[in-house]
Amino acid sequence: MPVTTIGGQEVNVDDEGFLTEYDEWNEELAAELASNIGIDELNEDHWKVITFLRSDFQEQGETATLRRVAAVGGIPTKTLFQIFPKKPARKMSYVSGLPKPAGCI
Amino acid sequence: MTDAPIVPDFGDDDADRKIAFVCSKGSLDMAYPALIMASGALEHGIETHIFFTFWGMDMINKKTMGNLKFSPVGNPATHMPAALAPFPGMTTMATKQMNKQLTDLDIPDIPTFLEHLQDMGCHLWACKMSVDMFSLTEEGMIDGLDGVLNVSDFIELIDGAQTMFV
Repeated sequence: MPVTTIGGQEVNVDDEGFLTEYDEWNEELAAELASNIGIDELNEDHWKVITFLRSDFQEQGETATLRRVAAVGGIPTKTLFQIFPKKPARKMSYVSGLPKPAGCI
Repeated sequence: MTDAPIVPDFGDDDADRKIAFVCSKGSLDMAYPALIMASGALEHGIETHIFFTFWGMDMINKKTMGNLKFSPVGNPATHMPAALAPFPGMTTMATKQMNKQLTDLDIPDIPTFLEHLQDMGCHLWACKMSVDMFSLTEEGMIDGLDGVLNVSDFIELIDGAQTMFV
């Protein structure tokens, strides 16, 4: 597994660049990850998603899908498409330091 | 080490991709494939259209969309003895079983699924000939339907789209 430096911090990532170690993520890193993919500022909605995804991952052992973030996390799908444009499932996982969702829906 | 960080390529540049599905079946097992693929396409930021025609109208007809059935008749993949499949009650039982399996996997029912797709920006279209044939009205079809298209409109719509017939 490659190691890369993001915001001065060395982190383990997979071949695509998704973080592989849950505990290497922190809030400052989230801002760096977001800016890497063109999200300049993390607002309240971004943080709601990130917080839900990280706690849900701890309970479920996998990253929540968009549908789960909407149905269980209570964040509307439309909002997800606004704040993580075009590819919300992958982008929200990346910023949250989690793997891509494995589920189909 | 001055290497640039490894950042996933989210392919935001391939904005031209377009996908269309034709849903022509009204049974429960044939309703899901297009919806699941459409959801995947939308998650990839791809412009996605679903065109409902013939028996597929049942998927957007408010009277039927929440109550699609699965029948084991003529389907060897259920591994049920062929002589048993047409027995009374078999369709109800098979439908119940399939709905349970879907629920266990957190897969929403058809109306909820379509609403989810619409929230993701999916375009839903009804076939003009089928609307006429089944005497459907706008009020009788799913809320937020993008419109009713004749075949000529449809052919124009799928210009440049990868199109799948289900």
